[in-house]
Amino acid sequence: MLDAQVGTPAVTMRGVSRAFRPEGEAPVVALSAVDLTIDEGAFVALLGPSGCGKSTLLRLVAGLDRPDAGKIEAPALASQEIGFVFQDAHLLPWRTVEENVALPLQLRGVNSTAGDHTARVREALREVDLESAARRYPAELSGGMRMRASIARALVTRPRLLLMDEPFAALDEITRHRLDERLHELWREQGLTILFVTHTIFEATFLAQRALVMGRRPGRILRDVILDLPEKREPSLRASPAFMREAQQLLEGLEEASA
Amino acid sequence: MSSESTRAESGALGRALSFSLPPLVAAVIFFAVWEVLVAQLHVKPFLLPAPSAIAKVALAERKLLMAAMQVTAETALAGFGLSAIVGVLVAIVLASSRLVERALFPYALVLQTVPIVAIAPLLVLWFGVGARAVTASAFIVSVFPVITNALAGLRSVDPNLRDLFRLYGASRLARLFRLELPWATPSIATGLRVACGLAVIGAIVGEFVAGFAEDDQGLGIVVLTSYRQLRTDLLFAAVTGSALLGLAMFAGVTVLSHLVLRRWHASAK
Ligand SMILES: Nc1ncnc2c1ncn2[C@@H]1O[C@H](COP(=O)(O)OP(=O)(O)OP(=O)(O)O)[C@@H](O)[C@H]1O
Ligand SMILES: [Mg+2]
Repeated sequence: MLDAQVGTPAVTMRGVSRAFRPEGEAPVVALSAVDLTIDEGAFVALLGPSGCGKSTLLRLVAGLDRPDAGKIEAPALASQEIGFVFQDAHLLPWRTVEENVALPLQLRGVNSTAGDHTARVREALREVDLESAARRYPAELSGGMRMRASIARALVTRPRLLLMDEPFAALDEITRHRLDERLHELWREQGLTILFVTHTIFEATFLAQRALVMGRRPGRILRDVILDLPEKREPSLRASPAFMREAQQLLEGLEEASA
Repeated sequence: MSSESTRAESGALGRALSFSLPPLVAAVIFFAVWEVLVAQLHVKPFLLPAPSAIAKVALAERKLLMAAMQVTAETALAGFGLSAIVGVLVAIVLASSRLVERALFPYALVLQTVPIVAIAPLLVLWFGVGARAVTASAFIVSVFPVITNALAGLRSVDPNLRDLFRLYGASRLARLFRLELPWATPSIATGLRVACGLAVIGAIVGEFVAGFAEDDQGLGIVVLTSYRQLRTDLLFAAVTGSALLGLAMFAGVTVLSHLVLRRWHASAK
């Protein structure tokens, strides 16, 4: 929610650098001395041209990769209250939707009473309106349903920090709008902190309170934009002048970053 | 709805027919031409018997042939089962690290390259004449494709899913049983389909060298004795038996893998 808890931020990065050295090629500086603070409960969009290090940044926050230099703090990581949604759903094809959603609970092994699991899985499926498909296999779902299953899987552990890497990029526009709206509601309901990578300016404008525009070579944050829009986002917002104004501001930033 | 389902059914029937009819017709023509040529050209039966003669002897000797098929089937199945278990275990070990793979894979390759005929006498020395040596032969010939296919499957796990398991602190065992093995199942099934045919070959070659146990004589022994007695028709019947055995095992593995994979894997659709 907007009234961010004063105290420790959800994510703090200080001078974080990460370079990749592919064999036989020149090293790629994916991130160079990035400083970043994300407040607890914020919805932050991360934009930038391809290859500027957005995924690298997300993976570092999730502890899936280590920086070459600098410090990263994310209390949710230490307390295992973190969720990650990838660009594609990446469900286990041999498990039904509900079994996929139960996976994080099984892997964590905490509270492993089966009944408790079932209740939490059902709850997570309800949050993404997917209860009717609980018993189906991923191969039997549409792309949008698969993505919703993937979000339910990330929500089932009740994370405080949700990292999303272009989650809806592969979906058609209408489906993406639906999911954006649902995601925004979930964020308001649950008081999550969300860090959301996207290539779509309109999506970033619709969802986020704050947008970070990154540039590449080396990967760094070029602009930090506060989006001046109402906290509750209705579908009609997309046609409003305020929305266009904020989107235009982001577009300029992105064009500058891509130059 | 119902008209749709009938259309789907007749479609399936049509598909089954269009798959099975051409080879059946080809077989009928093939045997007819063979029959006629053998009769017209007066080919000596010990060089090439007519299909009808082979069928006749197969019928007359059906007890002998069935018993031989059963003996060969047992060792081939045992060797194949060993290959499935050992092959997957070896693949798991090799997949555990690039270094281990680099160190050990060449020795797995040896299994593939050393001719089984050359090792078979050794197997007799180790296991004695009989089922154990024959099983070992079936195993050695069939284990390699299981190893390579299982290894390829274990190696191909989606890196994002690996990340997901890491994010939730999955243990090594959870990763193996909940991610890597299920992920590799289609590849393992492919390896098993190749392996089951090879196991029959390995069993029969093994029998040539090690199959002379008293009363359990397999198809390889029927082949050898009928050859020595110039009973070419019986030899052909035994060869046909071994082909049928290989086909039956292949069909069994295919049906099993289809049952396991049908819900989720595209190749089973
Ligand atoms: N594991 C890796 N090995 C080598 N290079 C890598 C690796 N991961 C990322 N890179 C490089 O680091 C740079 C940043 O990659 P990253 O995936 O973070 O970009 P991105 O902003 O997410 O791009 P996109 O929008 O295309 O997803 C790229 O040049 C990429 O090639
Ligand atoms: Mg990326």
